[in-house]
Amino acid sequence: MSPPAGKIPRWVDVALIPLVNIALAFLVSGVIFWFIDVDPLFAVEIIFYGAFGYDLAIGYTLYYTTNFVFTGLAVAVAFHAGLFNIGGEGQAYIGGLGAALGILAVDHLLPFYLILPLAILLAAAFGAAWAAIPAYLQAYRGSHIVITTIMFNFIAAALMVYLMVNVLIQPGSMSPESREFAPAGQLPFMHEMLGWVGIAMTPSPLNLSVVWAAVCCVLVWAFIWHTRWGYEIRTVGANETAAVYAGIDPRRVVMLAMCLSGALAGFLGINEVMGVHHRLLLNFTAGYGFTGIAVALMGRNHPVGIVLASLLFGMLYQGGAELAFEEPKVTREMVVTIQGLVILFSGALAHMMKGPVERAYLWLAGGLQRPAAQEG
Amino acid sequence: MADTTNSSPGRPATGPVPAPSAPAPSGGGAPPAIELRHISKAFGSVRANRDVCLTVKAGTIHGIIGENGAGKSTLMSILYGFYEADSGEILIGGRPVAIRSSRDAIAAGIGMVHQHFMLVDTMSVVENIMLGAESGAILTSSVEKARAELQRLERDYDLEVDPDALAGELPVGQQQRVEILKALYRGADVLILDEPTGVLTPQETDQLFRILDSLRRQGVTVVLITHKLREIMAITDNVSVMRGGEMVADRVTAETSKEELAELMVGRKVLLSLDKQAPRVGDTVLAVDGLTFVDRAGVARVDHVSFTVRAGEIVGVAGVSGNGQSELLELLSGIRPVTSGSFDLLGERFSATRPLDPSTMRSLRAAHVPEDRLRTGLVRTFAAEESAILGYHNDTLYNAGPFMKGEAIRRDCAAKMHDFDVRPQAPVLKTANFSGGNQQKIVLARELSRAPRLLLVGQPTRGVDIGAIEFIHRNLIAMRDAGSAVLLVSVELDEIMSLSDRILVMFEGRIVGEVPAAEANERMLGLMMANAASEEEARHKSPGLPGAITVEPE
Repeated sequence: MSPPAGKIPRWVDVALIPLVNIALAFLVSGVIFWFIDVDPLFAVEIIFYGAFGYDLAIGYTLYYTTNFVFTGLAVAVAFHAGLFNIGGEGQAYIGGLGAALGILAVDHLLPFYLILPLAILLAAAFGAAWAAIPAYLQAYRGSHIVITTIMFNFIAAALMVYLMVNVLIQPGSMSPESREFAPAGQLPFMHEMLGWVGIAMTPSPLNLSVVWAAVCCVLVWAFIWHTRWGYEIRTVGANETAAVYAGIDPRRVVMLAMCLSGALAGFLGINEVMGVHHRLLLNFTAGYGFTGIAVALMGRNHPVGIVLASLLFGMLYQGGAELAFEEPKVTREMVVTIQGLVILFSGALAHMMKGPVERAYLWLAGGLQRPAAQEG
Repeated sequence: MADTTNSSPGRPATGPVPAPSAPAPSGGGAPPAIELRHISKAFGSVRANRDVCLTVKAGTIHGIIGENGAGKSTLMSILYGFYEADSGEILIGGRPVAIRSSRDAIAAGIGMVHQHFMLVDTMSVVENIMLGAESGAILTSSVEKARAELQRLERDYDLEVDPDALAGELPVGQQQRVEILKALYRGADVLILDEPTGVLTPQETDQLFRILDSLRRQGVTVVLITHKLREIMAITDNVSVMRGGEMVADRVTAETSKEELAELMVGRKVLLSLDKQAPRVGDTVLAVDGLTFVDRAGVARVDHVSFTVRAGEIVGVAGVSGNGQSELLELLSGIRPVTSGSFDLLGERFSATRPLDPSTMRSLRAAHVPEDRLRTGLVRTFAAEESAILGYHNDTLYNAGPFMKGEAIRRDCAAKMHDFDVRPQAPVLKTANFSGGNQQKIVLARELSRAPRLLLVGQPTRGVDIGAIEFIHRNLIAMRDAGSAVLLVSVELDEIMSLSDRILVMFEGRIVGEVPAAEANERMLGLMMANAASEEEARHKSPGLPGAITVEPE
């Protein structure tokens, strides 16, 4: 009675199928390029070179990757509890607000090494608080979390416009931005840090928060798979009835998972506000919260997968911008189309290739085993 | 309905049923109704059917018996067009036919009554029967036609159902009749019934068997899939036994015995009865007093229930499913909130104002084996070792500071799998990849291995094969002998009777009787399960009942 699934090794499901999906997305993109008279191979070359070809490109790619890791992890943690958190965008926005408020209050008083943990805590707390309201409404009032988190994105955007225009705007300025943080309130750029050890790098927005993103990946992995709270989250996500039977209160788990999710999304504010812009401004979330959903889907809600998917999207963002710049026939919208195709094939159609790839594997494996058996 | 009640005594069909070996209308040279030749079907590397041959004589009742996973359902799904066989041939009435969909099967005169009824609850009986077989664009004309045809069928086959009743409001036995009528309406002369008695009371089972007998006399061929030996012996003419995807034996029912069939099913000798010693009863462990649960619709699903369970005894709760037993277990295990009343569980009193929660229950050393292991007792997507700590995941055995001890959890699971003979013994294998019996063993291992002082058990052997049933029953008896108090809820009367020391019968949320197991018999429990009032009604409606098929208790 050995199950058929046991015959197929894990790497087929974890690595091969996503690769096949991405290849298909690129294939379809290639057909589109061919239609508008752009050599697909040339386009691929530009994208790769534009994303990884030189140090500035790598800096930008990793900077985008950092954002995707935060929002991807946020979606994944909620997803393990069976919740679809569409509100990463708003939680990141409010998280950035929290970090900025803290920095603006103390950047002339405290040194950097005290401001950094404070900003991280505030970003997490504000992001978590923004997620906690929809979580409460879901857990105790039964309002669907997808609806409420979407609405909270709009509320967050409106709130930020109000605050930026009326409260936090720098006196005498026309643009809705806060004053620039003092140096103690700024994360060092990667090119600065490398410069301290004597390595030259072209200035790019990549900053210290990429390290925090890596730390978050490890923390999320340990939390979800190696603590009893992670166990409870996964139990509620996989089978709520079994969770109740086991004495787990799904309402508390919903609150916990959503607050963690919001906190992770809030860290995007650390990268953007404290790391890049050094001031609070409007629309710094720029859709990263939504792309995080695709990242989590592609990364199978696992930190390793999320890092890989984030790299892919970072590459598409940076390399795609380069392509739009180099090749006038390729517009910005075309680049979004490629991203859309990647999401379509690896997210929505993730299981389309499962059957064929597994059958192909079994056929190939059988073909390799049969001659071997004859020899023996 | 009054009309049918008056007319029924006069009908020949309600008289005693002839012996199963009664002459089949078309014996001798007539071609068999169904002939399956060398059918094979594989799902991935699992060969669900291997070179299966089956011949069903026209106008007979043919039983197919086998353990869960033996391939019965796959074979019937091939016959009904849900799957296509990898190889082999299907002959209907002597002619080879290709069955690629259920539409082909219906066209070939095959009808199927599924284990779970496929009725639209909000439609009337007549609407359900014509569903999918409407003729013409105007519905009213087909309704009239269907009604006329339905009346003919009811007359011919002695199947009484009110054509205007809503399907959802009919009792289960009647819903099943509607399913049978549905198949006949589509012109079926071969009827496949998949585990038809799982949801019926013994009385309803008797009625079903009378219907099947009447169908047989009208020339309909019936294929009965079941894992209950008693039913095979009671009604079938011939029986085929499946094991591990193969057809291992064909027998004439009159020439075989339960013991032989059981042995053929599992491939070895099986003890059908349990040896157990007299109980050594200790203190009261669970005392329930006026426990009531009212659901959202205002129906009292558990209605002023009072009883006690003492250490060292098994108290069985019998009842047709849906009469409050499931809710009772959920109240006592803290899953559902109590509406009123109270219960003393291991010395602590719980009530609506002091609710019990499942983790408190576990800390008092009470354990709960839930009725539906896949929905409640396990997490399908988890590794077995993770499912094996469900509910005990906060235990210090498995945790060191904030982290879980992966090694300890795996060792613990491996030890449990060894003790309970779970196969395969692979703690990291996904829970869903274990067979039903082995999943149940994982749940039992988790709940029994902590020597609970009170054990709440629901349907311990549902969907479990005979070999595992024996094992599970022996373990429950061992728990009782070790001094645990056991409350057992099951819809299998055999199970209740062979395990329990005392038997409570539930009907519509109330306990309608308590019987010492020694004095209980199937017939008496069955009548109590259907409640005394409806018992009289049943006798009144079908005077043939006492002389009908007699089902001998084991």
